[in-house]
Amino acid sequence: MFDIDIWKEIFEAIQKNKLRTFLTGFTVALGIFIFVTLFGMGNGLNNTFLKFFGDDATNIFRIYPSTTTLPYAGYKAKRRIELDNGDIDDIIEEFGPLIDYVSPRIQRSGKVSYRDESDSYGNYGVGPGMQKAEKSILMKGRYINALDVRQKNKHAVIGRMVEKDLFKGEDALGKFIDISGSVFKVIGVFQDDGGDNEERNIFIPFTTRQLLEGANDKIGEITLAFNEAIGYSGAMKFEKQLASYIRKKKQVNPNDPRGIFIQNVADNLKRNQQFANVLKIIISGIAFAVIISGIIGISNIMVFIVKERTKEIGIRKAMGATPKIITKTILLESIFITAVFGFVGMICGIIILNIIEGKILEEDYFITNPAINSGTAVFVTILLILCGALAAYIPAKKAAKIKPIVALRDE
Amino acid sequence: MIEIKDLHKSYKMGSNSLHVLKGINFSVEEGELVAIMGSSGSGKSTLLNILGMLDELDEGSYDLDGVPIKNLNETKAANYRNKFLGFIFQSFNLINYKSAMENVALPLYYQKVSRKERQEKALKYLEQVGLKEWAGHLPSELSGGQKQRVAIARALAAEPKVLLADEPTGALDSKTSYEVMDLIQKINDEGNTILIVTHEPDIADMCKRIVHLKDGIILEDKKVNQVRASQYV
Repeated sequence: MFDIDIWKEIFEAIQKNKLRTFLTGFTVALGIFIFVTLFGMGNGLNNTFLKFFGDDATNIFRIYPSTTTLPYAGYKAKRRIELDNGDIDDIIEEFGPLIDYVSPRIQRSGKVSYRDESDSYGNYGVGPGMQKAEKSILMKGRYINALDVRQKNKHAVIGRMVEKDLFKGEDALGKFIDISGSVFKVIGVFQDDGGDNEERNIFIPFTTRQLLEGANDKIGEITLAFNEAIGYSGAMKFEKQLASYIRKKKQVNPNDPRGIFIQNVADNLKRNQQFANVLKIIISGIAFAVIISGIIGISNIMVFIVKERTKEIGIRKAMGATPKIITKTILLESIFITAVFGFVGMICGIIILNIIEGKILEEDYFITNPAINSGTAVFVTILLILCGALAAYIPAKKAAKIKPIVALRDE
Repeated sequence: MIEIKDLHKSYKMGSNSLHVLKGINFSVEEGELVAIMGSSGSGKSTLLNILGMLDELDEGSYDLDGVPIKNLNETKAANYRNKFLGFIFQSFNLINYKSAMENVALPLYYQKVSRKERQEKALKYLEQVGLKEWAGHLPSELSGGQKQRVAIARALAAEPKVLLADEPTGALDSKTSYEVMDLIQKINDEGNTILIVTHEPDIADMCKRIVHLKDGIILEDKKVNQVRASQYV
């Protein structure tokens, strides 16, 4: 039942009481705005964490050798630990069933050129397992395989951006590129969810890298994927066993903070996710607190408005207004104001979230794609409208019960 | 028109109660212009409030135009007020953000009269009180006398059975008071029943009947020769 007259009364009251309307509306709009923005930022933070780790496999240990700091077994401190091909074989032999795949990683960088185009890129000597570890998605061609490793082929798998920069739209597959003075054949082009930087990498067989550097057997670091079936606790146990095994093998003091370092991606991810979740919970908590203070704000304003209008309500009742129509008018006015300003606040929040999205925010503040699920935003807005209505209903009901004689009494 | 029998009313003031009206018997015929007089605390405003259904009686009976006014809930009281009564207050009680015309149209709004008709009627009654050209003005732009005339137009707009005026000239200077009384007399001349609460003898003398209240009982109830206000205007 739509009563045009009651709405005319309401609009008149709103129009003629601009300050009051503005104060109520501002509280509501600000509450919703802050909620949407904060909540969106929280989501953005979470997105960053997910993105950070989502582009690589998570069942990964990275084993880095470095310089020792403690003397051990007759060796002096400051001894440089290096890993070699034999270590990989030994690790596989020792921990076989726990391992999904292993790949060495020899990181180098240098000038890469194709015809007249050249640029500096990172290149990695790796084994076939690295594709899974990096979650590289082959767009065309193939990844480095066991045969490439065995035959020390001069084959390269290049990132999408490398192809884009050097080949300018030409198909790179089968072409030859120069990597730091050696000619490699492009056998595959990959893309990576990690973004452009990840797609500026080049992968070559690690044996080829060793051959180019004087046929040594040194490998920079080992990327090891554990069997996911062992679970999180199994992985933690495996990490400890692996560390003590390698330290023993390389004669590194078990108490040396350096020498051998194992980065546990799963553990990092879990900890970071927990951190992100806690942050999100805190931010959501603050956001909800803002909503609650918004509700309290509306309640206060509503109590004040009704108080301020006591006399008017008394006049209206003397003129024949029933309690029902008084309650209805005040309630509809409040719902109308909260609804309009609530949605204004919500839209502003969403607009702000869309505006601030960008590189700087992502790189400096770890916020990626700050956004709020529109369902949540609408839900909270409706919640605030309902609470606003409730906040108005109680004083409105009270006002409707005021005896006109009391309301009209001269102060 | 109005029939009151053995009316009692008392107010609770903490532990002791204040007996304000102590058995009032009183009736008003159609077309009368009655002044209710009395000093402060005599119960005259309480009587008017009960007549106006703004307050409830404790004991006795009250019939308005043959309808017993008893045990009314808020909604019913509101409907009866709207149908039967027009109010004129000392402090005018206009809604300050509504124009003169909108104020006059207010009782009609609660009678569910259509917007167009409301405006026509409101203008008609504003014209009757001589304020047609002020229809669009806010109460703050009107003088005290004009405000009271708007309030009278508002009271008339609902075409009530009885007009109740509580010290209608209390906030006005004597010249304006007489102008307002002149208007009230003219409205009465057209056959409207009007009750005025006042403590000013000269205003009471402009009515057709004076009821003196003292300490909650009627001291004196006499018909008087009406003094026409027009001679002072």
